[in-house]
Amino acid sequence: MTGTSTLAAQAHGFLSPTGVEVAFLLIGLVTLAAALLTVTTRQLVHAALWLVVALGGLAVEYLLLTAEFIAWVQVLIYVGSVVVLLLFGLMLTKAPIGRSPDADSGNRWPALVVAVAAAAALVWVVADAFRTTWIDLSGAVQGTTKVSGESLFRYWVLPFEALSVLLLAALVGAIVLSRMRRKKEGER
Amino acid sequence: MSGDSVDVLLRLVAVFAGFLVLPLVIGQTEHKVMAHMQGRLGPMYAGGFHGWAQLVADGVKFAQKEDVVPADADRRIFQLAPAVALLPYLLVLVAIPVGPGGQVGRALDAGVFFALAVMGVGVLGSLMAGWASANKFSLLGGLRTAAQLLAYELPMLLAAASVAMAAGTVSLPGIVDAFHWWWVPWQLTGAVVFFTAGLAELQRPPFDMPVADSEIIFGAYTEYTGLRFAMFLLSEYAGIVVLCALTTVLFLGGWHGPFAGGWVWTLLKTMVLAFVVIWLRVSYPRLREDQLQKLAWTVLIPLALAQIALTGVVKVVIR
Repeated sequence: MTGTSTLAAQAHGFLSPTGVEVAFLLIGLVTLAAALLTVTTRQLVHAALWLVVALGGLAVEYLLLTAEFIAWVQVLIYVGSVVVLLLFGLMLTKAPIGRSPDADSGNRWPALVVAVAAAAALVWVVADAFRTTWIDLSGAVQGTTKVSGESLFRYWVLPFEALSVLLLAALVGAIVLSRMRRKKEGER
Repeated sequence: MSGDSVDVLLRLVAVFAGFLVLPLVIGQTEHKVMAHMQGRLGPMYAGGFHGWAQLVADGVKFAQKEDVVPADADRRIFQLAPAVALLPYLLVLVAIPVGPGGQVGRALDAGVFFALAVMGVGVLGSLMAGWASANKFSLLGGLRTAAQLLAYELPMLLAAASVAMAAGTVSLPGIVDAFHWWWVPWQLTGAVVFFTAGLAELQRPPFDMPVADSEIIFGAYTEYTGLRFAMFLLSEYAGIVVLCALTTVLFLGGWHGPFAGGWVWTLLKTMVLAFVVIWLRVSYPRLREDQLQKLAWTVLIPLALAQIALTGVVKVVIR
């Protein structure tokens, strides 16, 4: 096992990175910086906009990994919908221009612990799964819609459907919760 | 290698030229069409012949105006917003094919998703402008923009998904290649849903609640002056170009026509659709905010789902 991984590393090399690898690293740094700014800035709307930069950076990383379909879906769902929803919420609550000194839930340290644990778990899983896998950029594109679709609906169809049932349950739950509150207010 | 880069450069220059010219053509058409539908002449003096240079003159006027930033505004976001509103439409134009055999800025594998995703990003510009202006009318405009986008993104996506199902691909040139004339009646519902939802996303009448001038002055753009204001106006016209071109490519067969013509057909269909957009502005009253939400959730989304079901059934039957 170690023999093959050393061989794979030797064939590609860690010391003379290609242009794509350098770009991947730099955009990763930008994404990380934007993510840090998202959680540290004291201006609420700025946090949402830094989140746009972080999510956009992730989309570019997907592009560099040749996963074009995933990249556009990332932009469509996260930048186009989730952030718009966030901004909608912030505008409804009249987020002030300038700093909000009281925008601190006091959960700084627990949040940091959870974030670091989640990051460690993800890095470990991904590094373990793709230890010596290299994407051959000069060959056929490996992340096309066709390839993604085939692997999703041929090999991963059960988790995919289970996830959609989970989302449906969350949706029904949200409707139930919002209706329960209305019923209580009606009783008063 | 250098031949390749020259090719890429030429394509990008062509797309950029289209981006600069087409919105102005549509703007001038809007002046004249609206005028004639309302029984007047429209601009007649600038440039001599039927006021063709009116928009150039407008541009010069905008460039001379002072660029004002309100004292309480969030300066950087306020100044960045017009660019965020305008640039996505330029990016979408790169992916729209105009003719057969690779007449496209850049052929993308998942072109449909690219176009819809990037169009959605353009709305962030209006939201940023609405919040950063420190003006309650702007804030209301921003709120309405966000609510509208959330309601209309879904039917638009579903309608586009129906075409992708019919063609068996999500690449824009691939969809036009797979087109047959009977797709027009087959996908008619989807086309209407897509076009209507697109109008709402662009905030064009009758869906111009976010900029309703009789209620909230000019919505998110109230505080803007000079070139930045002009950029918002330009982004609206560029949005019309993008929406009409996308509808043409997805639902009307792009460069296919009764006789050979290539990219002329795409341009012609786009312009006819742009005329319809202007026509609707002149002839339809503005919807109220609740009517607008109701239309999206109770009419367009069920219609789009029905279209997907129909597409699926026909697809299975003809196979």
